[in-house]
Amino acid sequence: MIDSETDSGTGRSSQIACAWPHKLHEILRAAGIRQISYVPDAGHATLIELSAADPDVRTNVLTTEEEGIAIAHGAWLGGQRSVVLMQSSGVGNCINMLSLPVQTRSPLLMLVTMRGEWAEFNPWQVPMSQATEASLRAIGLTILRADTAEDVVEVVEQAASMAFEADQQIAVLIGQRLLGKKKW
Amino acid sequence: MNEVSMDRREAVSKLLAARDGALVVTGLGSPTYDVHAAGDADNNYYLWGAMGGAALVGLGISQARPDKRVMVITGDGEQLMAFGALATIAVAAPVNLDIIVLDNQHFGETGMQPSHTGSGIAFDRVAAVVGFAQTAELRSLDEVDELVEGLRQPAAGPRLFVLKVRAENPPRSLPSRDAVLVKNRFRAHLGIETP
Repeated sequence: MIDSETDSGTGRSSQIACAWPHKLHEILRAAGIRQISYVPDAGHATLIELSAADPDVRTNVLTTEEEGIAIAHGAWLGGQRSVVLMQSSGVGNCINMLSLPVQTRSPLLMLVTMRGEWAEFNPWQVPMSQATEASLRAIGLTILRADTAEDVVEVVEQAASMAFEADQQIAVLIGQRLLGKKKW
Repeated sequence: MNEVSMDRREAVSKLLAARDGALVVTGLGSPTYDVHAAGDADNNYYLWGAMGGAALVGLGISQARPDKRVMVITGDGEQLMAFGALATIAVAAPVNLDIIVLDNQHFGETGMQPSHTGSGIAFDRVAAVVGFAQTAELRSLDEVDELVEGLRQPAAGPRLFVLKVRAENPPRSLPSRDAVLVKNRFRAHLGIETP
């Protein structure tokens, strides 16, 4: 499920809106993230590009989202920190694989861009959107949410600290309102 | 289909006797028991669940530890659940990841229902097509002896070998189900401190 373009808005909020993926990249670098895996989403496009160009980071493109949960666990077993990027429609694919970090009490950091919740044109995105937080919570993850560009930077920074310093399994949900309306 | 006579435990014992420090990840069910039966070790990582995750856990380890060889020992049922993983691994192209599929053509843990591999799905050929550096199907312990020698050679990319084994459930040899313990001792083996 891959988006193309999103509205960028105007003025100062637009500058922050464009800058937050760059800030996220800096934060993940500072947190010592060495592996990033993803099924693409337009909301993650800039972060994916920056990561792919970063010689210190290994990126893996996935065929389905749960692969990233298993890779992230292997990375941790080998001593590296990692992050998994996906959109909300991919969360359902991950549920059983999430037993890996939950049962082994291993760090996990997922960044989930939300679809189906704000100015969504495609109704097929709505059911999994509605189930995203509930299903993640049901399998035992801690959920954090960010709906503004300022928030997303701060939330991801502390989520990384909680995941890797305190062995928590955390999903950060990035609101669709922040990502903007998709142009059709 | 040729008669398959290979004993899974003997095959796994041969692979592990020559592991030479390799990190081993096992797929849930019989492969986990087979590896444990060959001798428990700190550098074994046993999965009791997370079906479809074994090869990808191996990928994550291999990327974090390029200085180590990683061997994933799993079954046909477990790998069938992660068919796309072969594409992801081929694209990632690790040179230190070997996948061994113990293929009894059945879901052994749940009552020996036939799996896809008995109906023409050949993992070695799939892996070859998606870009693995080396693949083969083995049907005898003599061929496993040759494989053991071959695995000592440096790889140009990920390698996958299908070992056609008899469809039977040997006596279970159960490793610890304490996932935190197995995780911590695996990481300790690699010199990683648990805070």
